[in-house]
Amino acid sequence: MTIKLLYFASLREALGTNSEELALPAEVSDVAALKVFLAARGAAWQALTQSRSLRAAVNQQMAGPDSGICDGDEVAFFPPVTGG
Amino acid sequence: MSVSVQREAFDVGREIAALTAGKHEIGGVASFVGLVREINAAGGSVAGAASPVSAMTLEHYPGMTEHALEEIVKEARSRWDLMAVRVIHRFGRLLPGEAIVLVIVAGAHRGEAFAACEFIMDYLKTRAPFWKKEESANGTESARWVDVRDCDESAARRWKKQ
Repeated sequence: MTIKLLYFASLREALGTNSEELALPAEVSDVAALKVFLAARGAAWQALTQSRSLRAAVNQQMAGPDSGICDGDEVAFFPPVTGG
Repeated sequence: MSVSVQREAFDVGREIAALTAGKHEIGGVASFVGLVREINAAGGSVAGAASPVSAMTLEHYPGMTEHALEEIVKEARSRWDLMAVRVIHRFGRLLPGEAIVLVIVAGAHRGEAFAACEFIMDYLKTRAPFWKKEESANGTESARWVDVRDCDESAARRWKKQ
Protein backbone atom coordinates (compact mmCIF):
# COMPACT_ATOMS: atom_id res chain seq x y z
CA MET A 1 0.00 0.00 0.00
CA THR A 2 1.04 3.60 -0.59
CA ILE A 3 0.51 6.46 1.85
CA LYS A 4 1.26 10.17 1.94
CA LEU A 5 3.46 11.38 4.80
CA LEU A 6 3.68 14.94 6.12
CA TYR A 7 6.07 16.43 8.67
CA PHE A 8 5.72 19.81 10.37
CA ALA A 9 7.64 22.45 12.33
CA SER A 10 10.79 21.34 14.23
CA LEU A 11 10.36 17.74 13.05
CA ARG A 12 10.18 18.88 9.41
CA GLU A 13 13.43 20.79 9.89
CA ALA A 14 15.19 17.91 11.67
CA LEU A 15 14.21 15.44 8.93
CA GLY A 16 14.91 17.87 6.10
CA THR A 17 11.65 17.03 4.32
CA ASN A 18 8.03 18.11 4.54
CA SER A 19 6.26 15.36 2.60
CA GLU A 20 6.71 12.11 0.71
CA GLU A 21 4.80 9.26 -0.89
CA LEU A 22 5.77 5.95 0.64
CA ALA A 23 5.10 2.32 -0.31
CA LEU A 24 4.65 0.28 2.87
CA PRO A 25 4.89 -3.45 3.50
CA ALA A 26 1.53 -4.91 4.54
CA GLU A 27 2.65 -5.56 8.13
CA VAL A 28 3.05 -1.82 8.77
CA SER A 29 -0.61 -1.32 9.53
CA ASP A 30 -0.76 1.18 12.40
CA VAL A 31 0.91 4.40 13.57
CA ALA A 32 3.23 2.66 16.05
CA ALA A 33 4.52 0.24 13.38
CA LEU A 34 4.98 3.11 10.92
CA LYS A 35 7.14 4.98 13.46
CA VAL A 36 9.36 1.93 13.91
CA PHE A 37 9.57 1.47 10.12
CA LEU A 38 10.66 5.10 9.60
CA ALA A 39 13.05 5.15 12.58
CA ALA A 40 15.17 2.51 10.81
CA ARG A 41 16.17 5.18 8.26
CA GLY A 42 18.78 6.70 10.55
CA ALA A 43 19.66 9.05 13.38
CA ALA A 44 17.27 11.95 12.70
CA TRP A 45 14.39 9.54 12.12
CA GLN A 46 14.79 7.90 15.51
CA ALA A 47 13.02 10.93 16.99
CA LEU A 48 9.83 9.27 15.74
CA THR A 49 10.17 6.43 18.25
CA GLN A 50 12.16 8.27 20.93
CA SER A 51 10.24 11.53 21.36
CA ARG A 52 7.35 11.02 23.73
CA SER A 53 5.80 14.39 22.92
CA LEU A 54 5.50 13.76 19.17
CA ARG A 55 1.93 13.81 17.82
CA ALA A 56 0.42 11.97 14.87
CA ALA A 57 -2.62 12.51 12.66
CA VAL A 58 -4.23 10.09 10.21
CA ASN A 59 -6.34 11.69 7.49
CA GLN A 60 -6.18 15.00 9.39
CA GLN A 61 -7.57 13.60 12.66
CA MET A 62 -5.41 13.29 15.78
CA ALA A 63 -4.32 9.66 16.04
CA GLY A 64 -2.86 7.37 18.70
CA PRO A 65 -0.28 4.57 18.30
CA ASP A 66 -3.05 2.01 17.64
CA SER A 67 -4.65 4.03 14.83
CA GLY A 68 -4.80 1.94 11.66
CA ILE A 69 -3.23 2.94 8.36
CA CYS A 70 -4.78 2.02 5.01
CA ASP A 71 -3.82 2.47 1.37
CA GLY A 72 -4.11 6.11 0.30
CA ASP A 73 -4.09 7.51 3.85
CA GLU A 74 -2.46 10.81 4.76
CA VAL A 75 -0.33 10.44 7.88
CA ALA A 76 1.30 13.44 9.59
CA PHE A 77 3.86 13.67 12.40
CA PHE A 78 4.48 16.88 14.34
CA PRO A 79 5.48 18.35 17.73
CA PRO A 80 2.85 19.54 20.24
CA VAL A 81 0.89 22.49 18.84
CA THR A 82 1.64 26.08 19.91
CA GLY A 83 -0.93 28.26 18.15
CA GLY A 84 -3.26 30.95 19.47
CA MET B 1 -18.12 30.53 7.05
CA SER B 2 -17.36 30.72 10.77
CA VAL B 3 -13.68 29.66 10.54
CA SER B 4 -10.88 31.24 8.50
CA VAL B 5 -7.16 30.44 8.34
CA GLN B 6 -5.42 33.22 6.48
CA ARG B 7 -2.23 35.19 5.97
CA GLU B 8 -4.01 38.55 5.85
CA ALA B 9 -4.75 40.86 8.78
CA PHE B 10 -8.34 41.15 10.05
CA ASP B 11 -10.50 44.07 11.19
CA VAL B 12 -12.18 43.23 14.52
CA GLY B 13 -14.90 45.88 14.23
CA ARG B 14 -15.83 44.81 10.73
CA GLU B 15 -15.92 41.12 11.76
CA ILE B 16 -18.22 41.82 14.73
CA ALA B 17 -20.51 43.97 12.59
CA ALA B 18 -20.72 41.28 9.89
CA LEU B 19 -21.36 38.51 12.42
CA THR B 20 -24.16 40.31 14.26
CA ALA B 21 -25.84 42.09 11.32
CA GLY B 22 -29.61 41.58 11.39
CA LYS B 23 -29.49 39.16 14.34
CA HIS B 24 -31.47 41.17 16.86
CA GLU B 25 -31.87 38.29 19.30
CA ILE B 26 -28.17 38.71 20.22
CA GLY B 27 -27.72 40.36 23.60
CA GLY B 28 -23.98 39.99 24.16
CA VAL B 29 -20.80 39.63 22.12
CA ALA B 30 -17.46 38.52 23.62
CA SER B 31 -14.26 38.71 21.61
CA PHE B 32 -10.63 37.76 22.14
CA VAL B 33 -7.67 38.97 20.09
CA GLY B 34 -4.25 37.32 20.52
CA LEU B 35 -1.20 39.44 19.65
CA VAL B 36 2.47 38.71 18.96
CA ARG B 37 4.45 39.66 22.05
CA GLU B 38 7.92 41.15 22.11
CA ILE B 39 8.72 38.97 25.12
CA ASN B 40 9.35 35.38 24.13
CA ALA B 41 7.20 32.46 25.21
CA ALA B 42 9.75 31.16 27.73
CA GLY B 43 9.68 34.57 29.42
CA GLY B 44 13.35 35.11 28.68
CA SER B 45 15.57 35.89 25.77
CA VAL B 46 15.74 34.01 22.49
CA ALA B 47 18.64 31.55 22.12
CA GLY B 48 20.42 33.05 25.09
CA ALA B 49 20.62 36.51 23.55
CA ALA B 50 19.31 39.50 25.48
CA SER B 51 17.19 40.61 22.56
CA PRO B 52 13.40 40.62 22.35
CA VAL B 53 11.33 38.75 19.78
CA SER B 54 11.56 40.62 16.48
CA ALA B 55 9.17 38.44 14.48
CA MET B 56 7.22 35.22 14.67
CA THR B 57 6.41 32.74 11.92
CA LEU B 58 3.34 30.56 12.24
CA GLU B 59 3.25 27.27 10.38
CA HIS B 60 0.07 25.20 10.11
CA TYR B 61 -1.32 22.01 8.59
CA PRO B 62 -3.60 23.18 5.75
CA GLY B 63 -6.82 21.19 5.77
CA MET B 64 -6.46 19.72 9.23
CA THR B 65 -6.31 23.22 10.75
CA GLU B 66 -9.69 24.18 9.33
CA HIS B 67 -11.24 20.85 10.40
CA ALA B 68 -9.83 21.18 13.93
CA LEU B 69 -11.15 24.73 14.33
CA GLU B 70 -14.57 23.71 12.99
CA GLU B 71 -14.68 20.81 15.47
CA ILE B 72 -13.87 23.18 18.35
CA VAL B 73 -16.63 25.59 17.29
CA LYS B 74 -19.04 22.65 17.00
CA GLU B 75 -18.11 21.51 20.52
CA ALA B 76 -18.65 25.04 21.87
CA ARG B 77 -22.07 25.21 20.19
CA SER B 78 -23.03 21.88 21.78
CA ARG B 79 -22.14 23.18 25.26
CA TRP B 80 -23.67 26.67 25.10
CA ASP B 81 -26.63 28.22 23.33
CA LEU B 82 -24.72 30.46 20.90
CA MET B 83 -26.11 32.67 18.16
CA ALA B 84 -22.96 33.28 16.14
CA VAL B 85 -19.28 32.31 16.26
CA ARG B 86 -16.30 33.53 14.23
CA VAL B 87 -12.70 32.30 14.46
CA ILE B 88 -9.84 33.73 12.38
CA HIS B 89 -6.27 32.45 12.81
CA ARG B 90 -3.38 33.87 10.81
CA PHE B 91 -0.24 32.13 9.59
CA GLY B 92 3.02 33.34 8.05
CA ARG B 93 5.48 35.89 9.44
CA LEU B 94 4.06 38.38 11.95
CA LEU B 95 5.64 41.26 13.87
CA PRO B 96 5.20 42.18 17.56
CA GLY B 97 1.88 43.93 18.07
CA GLU B 98 0.26 42.20 15.11
CA ALA B 99 -2.89 40.17 15.71
CA ILE B 100 -2.58 36.37 15.43
CA VAL B 101 -6.02 35.11 16.34
CA LEU B 102 -9.59 36.41 16.72
CA VAL B 103 -12.50 34.66 18.43
CA ILE B 104 -15.95 36.28 18.49
CA VAL B 105 -18.91 34.66 20.25
CA ALA B 106 -22.43 36.07 20.30
CA GLY B 107 -25.23 34.86 22.57
CA ALA B 108 -28.43 36.02 24.21
CA HIS B 109 -26.50 37.02 27.35
CA ARG B 110 -22.91 37.65 28.40
CA GLY B 111 -22.48 34.43 30.38
CA GLU B 112 -22.39 31.98 27.50
CA ALA B 113 -20.50 34.45 25.29
CA PHE B 114 -17.64 34.89 27.79
CA ALA B 115 -17.46 31.18 28.64
CA ALA B 116 -17.55 29.92 25.05
CA CYS B 117 -14.97 32.48 23.93
CA GLU B 118 -12.52 31.29 26.60
CA PHE B 119 -13.31 27.63 25.88
CA ILE B 120 -12.60 28.07 22.16
CA MET B 121 -9.25 29.73 22.88
CA ASP B 122 -8.23 27.05 25.40
CA TYR B 123 -9.08 24.23 23.00
CA LEU B 124 -7.51 26.02 20.03
CA LYS B 125 -4.21 26.31 21.94
CA THR B 126 -3.95 22.55 22.47
CA ARG B 127 -5.80 21.09 19.43
CA ALA B 128 -5.34 23.27 16.35
CA PRO B 129 -2.20 22.34 14.39
CA PHE B 130 -0.24 25.60 14.47
CA TRP B 131 3.43 25.98 15.42
CA LYS B 132 5.22 29.22 16.29
CA LYS B 133 8.83 30.03 15.58
CA GLU B 134 10.32 33.12 17.17
CA GLU B 135 13.09 35.28 15.74
CA SER B 136 15.20 37.66 17.79
CA ALA B 137 16.95 40.79 16.55
CA ASN B 138 19.97 38.54 15.89
CA GLY B 139 18.23 37.35 12.76
CA THR B 140 16.52 34.28 11.41
CA GLU B 141 19.43 31.89 12.08
CA SER B 142 18.80 32.15 15.84
CA ALA B 143 15.07 31.49 15.41
CA ARG B 144 13.64 28.88 17.76
CA TRP B 145 10.44 26.86 17.91
CA VAL B 146 8.19 27.80 20.82
CA ASP B 147 7.83 25.03 23.42
CA VAL B 148 4.43 23.83 24.49
CA ARG B 149 3.38 25.22 27.89
CA ASP B 150 1.91 23.00 30.62
CA CYS B 151 -0.50 25.78 31.59
CA ASP B 152 -2.13 25.57 28.15
CA GLU B 153 -2.81 21.87 28.75
CA SER B 154 -4.27 22.51 32.18
CA ALA B 155 -6.37 25.40 30.85
CA ALA B 156 -7.92 23.04 28.28
CA ARG B 157 -8.40 20.26 30.85
CA ARG B 158 -10.62 22.34 33.12
CA TRP B 159 -13.36 22.23 30.45
CA LYS B 160 -13.46 18.44 30.56
CA LYS B 161 -16.99 17.23 31.24
CA GLN B 162 -17.41 15.55 34.59
